[in-house]
Amino acid sequence: MSLLHLAIISPFLLAIFIPILYKLFRNIHTGWFVLPLPILLFSYFLSFISITSTHKTITESVPWIPAIGVDFIAKVDGLGLLFALLITGIGSLVVLYSIYYLSKDKEKLNTFYVYLLLFMGAMLGVVLSDNLIVLYTFWEFTSFSSFLLIGYWYDREKSRYGAQKSMLITVLGGLSMLGGIILLYIMTGTFNISEIIAQAAGITENPLFIPALICILLGAFTKSAQFPFHIWLPDAMEAPTPVSAYLHSATMVKAGIYLVARMTPVFASEGLWVWLIAGFGIATLFWGSFNAVRQTDLKAILAFSTISQLGMIMSLLGLGAAALHFDDVKNSFYGAATLAAVFHLFNHATFKGSLFMVVGIVDHETGTRDIRKLGGLMNFMPITFTLAIIGTFSMAGLPPFNGFLSKEMFFTGMIRVLELDIFNFETWGMLFPVIAWIASVFTFIYSMVLVFKTFTGKYQPEKLEKKPHEAPMGMLISPIVLASLVIIIGFFPNILANSILSPALESILPNNNIDVHISFWHGFKPELFMTIGVIALGILLFLTLPKWKRVYDFFPKKLTLNRLYDNGLELIQRASNKLTKTYMNGSIRTYLVYIFAFFIFILATTIAVKNAFIFDTSNISSIGFYEVLLALAIVIGSISILFVNSRMTAIILLGAVGYTVSLFYVLFRAPDLALTQLVIETISVALFLLCFYHLPKKRNEERNRFKLTNAIISIGVGAIVTVIALSAHSNKVFDSISEYYVENTYTEAAGKNMVNVILVDFRGFDTLFEITVLTIAALGIFAMIKLRMGGKKKNENK
Amino acid sequence: MEIVMAFVIGILFMSATYLMLSKSLLRIIIGTGLLSHGAHLLILTMGGLKRGTVPLLGEEASSYTDPIPQALILTAIVISFGVTAFFLVLAYRAYKELGTDNTERLRGNEGND
Repeated sequence: MSLLHLAIISPFLLAIFIPILYKLFRNIHTGWFVLPLPILLFSYFLSFISITSTHKTITESVPWIPAIGVDFIAKVDGLGLLFALLITGIGSLVVLYSIYYLSKDKEKLNTFYVYLLLFMGAMLGVVLSDNLIVLYTFWEFTSFSSFLLIGYWYDREKSRYGAQKSMLITVLGGLSMLGGIILLYIMTGTFNISEIIAQAAGITENPLFIPALICILLGAFTKSAQFPFHIWLPDAMEAPTPVSAYLHSATMVKAGIYLVARMTPVFASEGLWVWLIAGFGIATLFWGSFNAVRQTDLKAILAFSTISQLGMIMSLLGLGAAALHFDDVKNSFYGAATLAAVFHLFNHATFKGSLFMVVGIVDHETGTRDIRKLGGLMNFMPITFTLAIIGTFSMAGLPPFNGFLSKEMFFTGMIRVLELDIFNFETWGMLFPVIAWIASVFTFIYSMVLVFKTFTGKYQPEKLEKKPHEAPMGMLISPIVLASLVIIIGFFPNILANSILSPALESILPNNNIDVHISFWHGFKPELFMTIGVIALGILLFLTLPKWKRVYDFFPKKLTLNRLYDNGLELIQRASNKLTKTYMNGSIRTYLVYIFAFFIFILATTIAVKNAFIFDTSNISSIGFYEVLLALAIVIGSISILFVNSRMTAIILLGAVGYTVSLFYVLFRAPDLALTQLVIETISVALFLLCFYHLPKKRNEERNRFKLTNAIISIGVGAIVTVIALSAHSNKVFDSISEYYVENTYTEAAGKNMVNVILVDFRGFDTLFEITVLTIAALGIFAMIKLRMGGKKKNENK
Repeated sequence: MEIVMAFVIGILFMSATYLMLSKSLLRIIIGTGLLSHGAHLLILTMGGLKRGTVPLLGEEASSYTDPIPQALILTAIVISFGVTAFFLVLAYRAYKELGTDNTERLRGNEGND
């Protein structure tokens, strides 16, 4: 266990103590106990920059399940560190923000911070594990904690709906990813990512390669809310705003991007990888930005905006992967897209994090997030307004903010697709820059809607629940920090270049020679004209928004993906309910029929397949007169039980069969058995008669009618058992171990009755447990006779 | 003799199954009783019948009957008695509480499962 492992699991450890601290210090906001941890972890991870910036990695391993190659390998490389810094850095700011956002008097803070810490630890685990099974475990933990956080206000119907939706979709993808991981293991024989990458060239021809690729991508796409799986993210906005800022914009939804980046060296050789990621990414980019414009809830705008930006990063990663097919100049030429992806990943976390916090402030101070009710808040909340301007302008890609830089680089990456001549990009590659540009126009529009519909325009105090005022300082600190980063990186992007971007790039595209220097001014290149075009058309469309907004009405409301999800879910529930009801009808008889039918089926097939039926008469014992008599007695006795109607007769016949069996034991040289059977049989019959006395009188309609299915099944069972008895006798696969007991009974246990010695000595524990079973049965019987569960009514409900 | 026993066992199992598939709790319990008889005889038959004397060393015989099946059956007899007794009392209580020993009427109520 290294310090690195401790760092990963420290949030889990702290989570254990949160409920106690919450109970002990009710006057102090629980957030203050949480806050030091992410700050500490952030500074700890900062210390790794000096190591990773020289393109070194740190690996620490702790055995977990070595037998199947699963070890908790913690690995810090450029990509992992970038995410670890985001998780802990944004995490610190979010915790600080939440202290002012969530009231300590009204909310159940203990559960909130436990969930949040669970998430933080799980997310660190995802990005710092080199073992895929460990990664998967943490991955599901993030889905799980996200579920709990979305459903934090669980008394709201919408929260529960959103939580379930996100859980179902992300866990579905997670399972598929597990399948992909197992396929990778089958191909390479290892779960360790670094070892899989080392073998990547050898597995591309494997028939499992494409299925593994698709399975892994399904996991990444569902997690990162890519079209058509994006539908869970808008509903996830029911979570408290700090959670939305943290999980559903800055970190968790980027886990899919992380996975794609991490697996790029494995799969990039396949054209399908490039196409699927770039294609779904660009589709998501467009669909997200297009839909964001029509939203009226501020958080819904941000949700669709996040979807769109995730799609943008995804498409860049996909196109950048093509660089692995080239050396030298072209490698750097196409790899620029990957650089843009990594850079924008960071920028998005800063501006989107601050925007979520701004929206949270607006919600907190006015009581609504509906842009139809908001307006003119500029005068009441000047600081929040300034922060919103910085965030949205960066999101829209305006200078001098960091979003402008990554947007330009995004355009660069998209334009370079035009020159890509592999994987059929020469025919369809054209679409990428076109869609990217259109999507950017919509991005510009919704950014403007977000800020101007909220802060400018007409102030409508009658529609607001509270009188708006500026947020408390504590709430503003976090967005101010993020907004300052937006500006600082806008002006000095190269402070990230060699410390964070270049090492992260090295993890995605090994041995690249990409120039990570980011410059503000590129000259009059197509990118600049594209940006100017976006701004010009964006302003035009923003001003004429009410006129063309009816475009959205053309989309039929019945054919949305959400409708598909809702109906599908209902259909599955109804169908499975129906299916279950057809065979689980509550009748014991039916269940016994299944059991016996399966018994016949499985034994008959086994005997048939294995050719197990052997009939050998060479080694059988003689048939005596008395034995035949007894056998006849049993046969007649047991068959007549079936036909007698009187219960008394049935019980007596059962007793007769039992006594005959004990006579058999006498003939078959088993005196102990005979004695026991005699005693037990006597008690059993007495018990039966006792119960019989209490059981109801038989009614006429309950006469035992002959049932054909029952008869067929019974004959089947009888036949199978006969066959087994015959074969078991004729088949001696092993030598008997009885000789051991014959020889050792006296020497080892000083007893002469072998059966007794086996029971109390050699197999003493069996007998002990047998007594235990009897005791349990006795206790049960005693309880059933003595215990009365309250009144009659209660029993009926049981 | 083993072949005769194989058929006896088969018939015991058959009757037991038929009884267990009926509605009356008492018949089901009788069925389990028959089933355990069948199973005991099956174990005994599988070990081979009438080979050597009873497994008592005091007999000082040259060969003994296999003691292991007997030890197994002895345990099984006692356990099956426990199970039968438990079942019987369960049936008795079910009847006392619910007024029937017909399993078709013993279903849990629909809204409660």
